[in-house]
Amino acid sequence: MTTETTTTTTGTAGTAGTAGTAGTTQTPEAGAAPPPGTTLHRKRSARGHQRLLTRRDRFVLAVMAGVPTILHLALVWVTALASVLLAFTTWDGIGFDSITWVGLDNFRQLFADNPQFWPAVQHNLIWFVVLILVPTPFGLFLAVQLDKRIRFSRVYQTAFFLPVVISMACIGFVWQLIYNPDTGLINSITGANRPGHYIDWIGNPELNLWAVLIAASWRHTGYMMILYLAGLKSVDPSLREASALDGANEWQTFRNVIFPTLRPTNTVVLVVTIIEALRAFDLVFVFNKGAQGTELLSILVTNNIIGESSRIGYGSAIAVVLLVISLAVIIPYLIVTFRKERRA
Amino acid sequence: MRPSPAGLPTPSPSRRSLLRSAGGVALLAGAGIPLLSACGGSNSASDPNTVTLGSNASDAVPKKAFAEIYAAFKKKSGITVDVNTKDHNTFQEQINSYLQGTPDDVFNWFAGYRMQFFAAKKLATPLDDVWAKIGDNFPDAMKKLSKGEDGKYYFVPLYTYPWAVFYRKSVFQQHGYTVPATWDELVALCKRMKKDGLVPIAFGDKDAWPAMGTFDQINFRLNGYDFHVELMAGKASWTDAKVRAVFDHWSELLPYHQDGAMGRTWQDAAQTLVAKKAGMYLLGSFVAQQFSGTADLDDLDFFAFPEIDPAHGQDTVEAPTDGFMVSKSPKNHSGVVKLLDFLGTPQAEAIYLKADSSVVAASSKADTSSYTALQKKAYAMISGAKSLTQFMDRDSRPDFTSTVMQPALQKFVQNPKGVDGLLSSIERQKKTIFASS
Repeated sequence: MTTETTTTTTGTAGTAGTAGTAGTTQTPEAGAAPPPGTTLHRKRSARGHQRLLTRRDRFVLAVMAGVPTILHLALVWVTALASVLLAFTTWDGIGFDSITWVGLDNFRQLFADNPQFWPAVQHNLIWFVVLILVPTPFGLFLAVQLDKRIRFSRVYQTAFFLPVVISMACIGFVWQLIYNPDTGLINSITGANRPGHYIDWIGNPELNLWAVLIAASWRHTGYMMILYLAGLKSVDPSLREASALDGANEWQTFRNVIFPTLRPTNTVVLVVTIIEALRAFDLVFVFNKGAQGTELLSILVTNNIIGESSRIGYGSAIAVVLLVISLAVIIPYLIVTFRKERRA
Repeated sequence: MRPSPAGLPTPSPSRRSLLRSAGGVALLAGAGIPLLSACGGSNSASDPNTVTLGSNASDAVPKKAFAEIYAAFKKKSGITVDVNTKDHNTFQEQINSYLQGTPDDVFNWFAGYRMQFFAAKKLATPLDDVWAKIGDNFPDAMKKLSKGEDGKYYFVPLYTYPWAVFYRKSVFQQHGYTVPATWDELVALCKRMKKDGLVPIAFGDKDAWPAMGTFDQINFRLNGYDFHVELMAGKASWTDAKVRAVFDHWSELLPYHQDGAMGRTWQDAAQTLVAKKAGMYLLGSFVAQQFSGTADLDDLDFFAFPEIDPAHGQDTVEAPTDGFMVSKSPKNHSGVVKLLDFLGTPQAEAIYLKADSSVVAASSKADTSSYTALQKKAYAMISGAKSLTQFMDRDSRPDFTSTVMQPALQKFVQNPKGVDGLLSSIERQKKTIFASS
């Protein structure tokens, strides 16, 4: 308590501009202000052991913490658990009494009989591999170039980042104008919309996934670029200076100095890309509703659950598969990387 | 199944209904059910002079046509119809939870299995009292379409439209083609058209449902109406040789279909017919909506899909029918009965048809004098039919047709060779779906 009073005093003295020496507790300002403050504080804290908060405080706190907790539990956990449970039933969504327990039947059907399931898993996987191999390195490349403060850097930055601002559904519409086999940009220019020379970008199962992936990459590049640009901004300039003094050329500097310092960014990039691949939905849904060649797990879930007589149990089973895949990928990765970073 | 361009849903929800739906969402969102109670609108009070009506008529033309019917009804009875319009596709997707929540008194819906499904689930009110009054206005085929599995009426039809093969008279004249009456003539005509540099049959299956129309036509021409019903009800097997024969016929015709159907919407395919690049197009009569000029529209004609098996001839017509149903506990029952009595009259149909000329009246007493040539022909075709089918996704379980048949038929269109594997896969999936409830 005494030290506290002293500091306050010096503080007050200092600000007041009085040439008082440290430790003089006798200045009128100091003498007047702190003691009542201390007593008040002491009094309150003594009572506080019994009642730290008034009834009103506790009520407000309960509402502030309680309402979000209840909402979170109800909207996230209860629903997630409910759909896991529903995955073992059949239910057409009409009345709760029509829910029938069927055990693993939904999963058996899914793995054995559904002709769209394995292609969907495969496409989600391809989606991830393509995103990590094409737009991610390209985004990094652009970020490194833009980080050099070249002329019109802001213009390029905006141009590449623009697709990220547009919603996926809109991107789907825009790219349909390009891919439309009859009236689209590509086929009109190349004349591939005549019988005999026909290229069906949207319908051909060997083409359409790649066509959608180009659109997805177009957007993902900008996203990656901005993440890496943020990462590069945080690289200590003295590191570059040091490597320049050591006589390293640009590539060597990047490989041995810059890239290793981007490790936290890489973690984020990888996780973001995995999530993008697993939640891929909107672009394809707009493009061709996940028809032949572009099936995705998220679309199968939607097709089974939304509709006038839905197969909610079956759809939930697909959702559970998606959940398991997500957890299986994300959890081990996060554990490993965070452990590594903590050590480092 | 009349597609509509992505529209703007949205009656703004009241605070109370919002809260109600929030509670519901907490319960059900896990199952991913979009709750509709927020769209229930203003039916909380039971005003004897108001009937609420949930409408899927979100396109401009039908929306206006319906509004005119309700205005006429108000003038006649003093009862206001409070219409709650939602986007066509959204309405269909949410119908399930809509009917379980707080639905409007009356709602737009489709005849056939899709009506029977909700009737069997006790989500609709029987309308035998209404039919006692309006029954004389409708032909027997329509009566059959309006009954649930329990033999009670649940549906009041308003309009219908046929599926047929559409063509341009001027193109047929120019090349000297004649309307094919049999399968062999159809194939021969396709060959000639191809030689003449035309796309014989326009085709777009991006929305996945148009191919079902082709399947239906070949199926009931080849195997008859009864087999169509059995197959759609899940009773006949998809591995049956009769089904295999349908796909064999289809394979024979497929090379004459427009390339790249999977990437094309029906609207774009129709444009090929408008531009005289295609010779024929198998679709519902709503294809006329794509013909904008009156000269083009006058040039449009159609013929019934050719005969395949003489035993069945051309006696079945695919004619999806739209109309009204009543939700399970309407707030204003007497008002609802009055409204449906009115909707079942030829006058109400006449009002609708004046505004929307791509369909024809369901009633046999409707005034056909103002019909266009195309409507007259469609009307004659439907009223002369021995049996009416609805469409694959209206005659069968929608969950089966949308999750199994749509992708399966798209697969067939892509690769007509793997039919056997495809059919056994359909049959396996069908069994589990039809067994589930």
